[in-house]
Amino acid sequence: MKKLPRVGLLLLMVILVLSFGSTLVVAEELIKIGIVNLPPEESGYRQANVEDMNAVFSKENGYDAKQTNTADNSEQMAAARGYIRDGVDYLLISAANASGWDDVLQSAKRAGVKVILFDRQIDTDPSNYAAALLSDMYYEGDLAVDWVLNNVPEPINLILIRGQMGSAAEIGRSAAVLKAQEEGKLNIVADGTGGDTWSLEEARKVVEAAIAANKDFNVIYAQNDGMAQGAVQALEAAGISHGKDGKVKILGFDFNRFALRNVQAGYWDADVQCNPRQAAEIERWIRSGNIPEGIVYQEEIVLSTDTITDEDIEKYGINVDPGKGVITR
Amino acid sequence: MRSETVLNMEGISKSFPGVRALHNVDFTLRKGEIHALMGENGAGKSTLIKVLTGVYEKDAGQSILDGKPVHFRSPQEALSMGIGTVFQEIALCPNLTVAENMFIGRSRSRFVQWKEMNAKAEEMLSSLGIPASPTQELSSCSIAVQQMVSIARAIDMDCKILILDEPTSSLDEDEVQKLFALMRELKARGVGIIFITHFIDQVYEISDTITVLRNGELIGEYQTSKLPQIELISKMMGKALSDVSAIEKQEKSKSARSVPVFEATGLSSAAGVRPFDFTIEKGEVNGFAGLLGSGRSESVRAIFAADKVTGGEVKVNGKRVKLKTPLHAMKKGIGYLPEDRKRDGIIGELSVRDNIILALQVMKGFFRPLSRKQAEEFAVEYIQKLGIKTPSIDTPIESLSGGNQQKVVLARWLLTNPMYLILDEPTRGIDVGTKVEIQKLVLKLAEDGMSLTFISSEIDEMLRVCTRLIVMKDREIVGELSGMSLTEQDTMQMIAQGGK
Amino acid sequence: MSRLKAFVSRLSHLFLPLFVLALLIIVNLIKGADYFSITMVNGAFYGNIPNMLFGASELVILSIGMTLVTAASQGQDISIGETGAITSAIFVWYVLRAGDVTLLTILVGFLISCVAGLVIGAFNGTLVSVFKVQPMVATLILFLGGRSIAFMIDGKVSPILANEISNRIGTVIPGLPIQTPIILTVVFIAIVSVVLKTTNLRLYVESVGINPSAVRLNGIDPKKIIFLTFLIMGVCSAVAGFIAVNKAGRHDSVNLLKFIMMDAILAVALGGNSLGGGKFSITGSIIGAYTIEMLNRTLLRLEVNPEAIKVFKAVFIIMLMVVASPVVRVVVRKALDRAKTIASRYSRGHTGGLSNAVVSMTDTTGKKED
Repeated sequence: MKKLPRVGLLLLMVILVLSFGSTLVVAEELIKIGIVNLPPEESGYRQANVEDMNAVFSKENGYDAKQTNTADNSEQMAAARGYIRDGVDYLLISAANASGWDDVLQSAKRAGVKVILFDRQIDTDPSNYAAALLSDMYYEGDLAVDWVLNNVPEPINLILIRGQMGSAAEIGRSAAVLKAQEEGKLNIVADGTGGDTWSLEEARKVVEAAIAANKDFNVIYAQNDGMAQGAVQALEAAGISHGKDGKVKILGFDFNRFALRNVQAGYWDADVQCNPRQAAEIERWIRSGNIPEGIVYQEEIVLSTDTITDEDIEKYGINVDPGKGVITR
Repeated sequence: MRSETVLNMEGISKSFPGVRALHNVDFTLRKGEIHALMGENGAGKSTLIKVLTGVYEKDAGQSILDGKPVHFRSPQEALSMGIGTVFQEIALCPNLTVAENMFIGRSRSRFVQWKEMNAKAEEMLSSLGIPASPTQELSSCSIAVQQMVSIARAIDMDCKILILDEPTSSLDEDEVQKLFALMRELKARGVGIIFITHFIDQVYEISDTITVLRNGELIGEYQTSKLPQIELISKMMGKALSDVSAIEKQEKSKSARSVPVFEATGLSSAAGVRPFDFTIEKGEVNGFAGLLGSGRSESVRAIFAADKVTGGEVKVNGKRVKLKTPLHAMKKGIGYLPEDRKRDGIIGELSVRDNIILALQVMKGFFRPLSRKQAEEFAVEYIQKLGIKTPSIDTPIESLSGGNQQKVVLARWLLTNPMYLILDEPTRGIDVGTKVEIQKLVLKLAEDGMSLTFISSEIDEMLRVCTRLIVMKDREIVGELSGMSLTEQDTMQMIAQGGK
Repeated sequence: MSRLKAFVSRLSHLFLPLFVLALLIIVNLIKGADYFSITMVNGAFYGNIPNMLFGASELVILSIGMTLVTAASQGQDISIGETGAITSAIFVWYVLRAGDVTLLTILVGFLISCVAGLVIGAFNGTLVSVFKVQPMVATLILFLGGRSIAFMIDGKVSPILANEISNRIGTVIPGLPIQTPIILTVVFIAIVSVVLKTTNLRLYVESVGINPSAVRLNGIDPKKIIFLTFLIMGVCSAVAGFIAVNKAGRHDSVNLLKFIMMDAILAVALGGNSLGGGKFSITGSIIGAYTIEMLNRTLLRLEVNPEAIKVFKAVFIIMLMVVASPVVRVVVRKALDRAKTIASRYSRGHTGGLSNAVVSMTDTTGKKED
């Protein structure tokens, strides 16, 4: 019986020495970062985003980073508080829900933790965070509509296939199209949605309905790659030509590698980027110690059959690459 | 003592597609009168009640309540005018408490005063001698107590008329007496009571007046004291009485049927019956006698392996077998018609045909369905054999009358051609005519070599059918009666004294 | 006579879905008289009807399984989309790893995914039948976790099924004028009807759903039957997942068959089936599934604003459910009763001979209310 406390004491000492030692070894110059993110299984975009964060903020690059992945807002906040208690230097947040973060952000501020938002904006006073690196959905919409106006022969008759109604991406990517129609630059002949799941099948139905109604159209503007795929399936079944030398131009969003390969093969015409890789830019800020104030939008691009290269697909694409020349129908 | 009329129904007619349920029926109920409404199944008793309480729209005639013509569109409306109804099938919520069941949906106020409600319920329950606590969940009460709670619910309001549709079919003698005391109390308060039952003795014990219906027509209204039982039965059945009393069991010589087909020693089950020994011989009809809850049903369930068998040894035709599930028992030639027809017998929404072929089909196996033609032939055969009254073989069984439902379940087992058939309360809640038919059938089957166990709450019925009675008390066999000692007197005595 | 009656009564059960289907067809015909026209495109039939049959294939197959689960367990499986996502992920995993894609590869992959469907069905079925968990609660587990499992099987990406055979399964086989998913659906329905013909599935499932206690005393183990329906549901999910993934040409674990259980449950209800179990009509559910597909397409055809499309769908379905509700049925029945009564007054003489038949035969609706 008497041995027990002694063993315990010994164990305690071992643990103390070990942990001290280890902190001494690694803590020298590693920058501590807490990342609060959504789960990778949410989408291909998120998977690329999570992997990118892990790759950039690695030990080799001089970071001691921890990442929490959950779609539950309260779990996210609890994780953020934990990171603040741990005394991280930077807190990176992509919030599940845009509201309710004020307390967390203020306690970070008091603790001297710099908060950088990525991918998703939070509804709060700008003074509550250092910077935010976001995709500008309006900018993406402008990029896409510019491409349409420059590449689709007049008169432009467009089928608009929206994503989940009311989502930030849908609002931003729709805005430019609706504006162009108001200005008389193009004509929306069918306006539909893939629903809450940005569904391939629903998109297909939208195009099938337009064909059934004998609509004349020469471009499909689908707000993600899956819906563009569904739209093309409808055209294929109806025997309507599309792509490089076809009647109907196809435009998708998100830079899935299968979509980019389709663009490269001339099966589709263009794709607009939604960049999940904010980590490199944020890392540059932290490295240089020069963190901008407020919202910064990422540079994003549009790739078309004429301009696309294998390097683009490798570098900017997300999800699995079917390989050169492989068309995903 | 003819007092003032409270309800007068005149010239009531009601037809359903293809069936004339009531034709020009008159019915009069007086204050403080217990009026028995008698008739076989299909005579129109239930229809008359349903027309009165607004479940059905009548085709012709009128109802006059307290001198004013009334027309109810729903039972709720009838209830608000002081007509309370208790149906044979308990229509309460099993997962609410006793008190909630008594008062829910009644209170004028939006909020329930729990304390007050429970206190009031307690008072009523004790004054009626109902052995239940107000806060107890209804499902934890026995069927008999549940039935009494629904009566308590119906008489709580200031009712002028109380309709009791087969209230006593699940009550034992003691509980029936309590109910009768209650009815007499209400009668003294001037409530008119319409009483529907199949127990002739009870009619004579409690009622003042009898109205007899047959095939939807009024046969007549009689004063109970002036109508001999035998005449009542012949009026109900529309035939001479010799038929009814002609049932006589044939006492066979012992040697003719000394082959035991089923033997059990030390059999016990998870339902709590004490280990018991039991034997039945070829062509024998025996019975388990005892009060409600004495363990008679549990014993036969143990034989059929309906409850988990916990011990004992079983021999079928002299060979040791293990019966673990009803299917094992069925495959060994045992059939079981359960006590609670609605809960354990019928498959309500399924057709008469499917209900008839069910057990045979299960024995044939999942991958060997009967052809539609075969199934129809079987169904038609047994509908004719047992005289089942149904519009078609595709009619859902739940829309048949109780007696016909029971015949269908009986047909289901006869179709499997069992060697040994257990009938637990096969005649409960069904009309006199069908009762007699079933009794005759049992004797006929035994004559043809089938062994049967017959259980009934009515001892005289068992005496008429069985050659041997096994008497149970408190989940234990207390004795056996046969031959000369098989009389009502001896049986009662054994039940009462536990055989010592 | 009784056969005719039975036929009429079966038809009356299908009244609701057939009525809605007819209504939608009329709306579509008003919108364009060429609604039924079918043309040949690239050697296959093309038109509104083939499109609808094509689009509804997965839903039809799932609603068959859902009908059986509902009938026996008196509850619904809400994990069918997730089950389909997992089984199809396994299918894709097998096909991609096999290298050269032959018909045999696809077939083996499909069978493996069916086995996976059986395993998932066994999991759900065990929870429901042995552990007596409410079906919705039991299947909630996979509903919440299923897509993560599919995501892991996918190796955290959306794998691409870019082979010729998959493409043909998702579109048309050269030489056959009907799109492959439609053929697969028809074959599946045929198999189901053969199973119903050659086994006692219907009798057992209906009996268990109506009165498990009585069924036990007739030698059927209700647990086994409930378990069996979940196994069948698992296979249905696997087949639906197989069709969906070959249609899409890649495996998107996030969105594949997402929320399809809503439509499947709705199809069962629209088909005149009680969600409380018991008697069922697979024909009704199939018609219900096509009705939902047609409703979606009709709203698109009417060019309903995308913001309002959900509202329209909801309002339409609420109206249907109200029309089909027992309350309305009782009212209608009473009205019919009254009408019949009045009619019979003029033809009284003809009914006399039937007076000794059973009285309470029209009592069923009243009883079903409680």
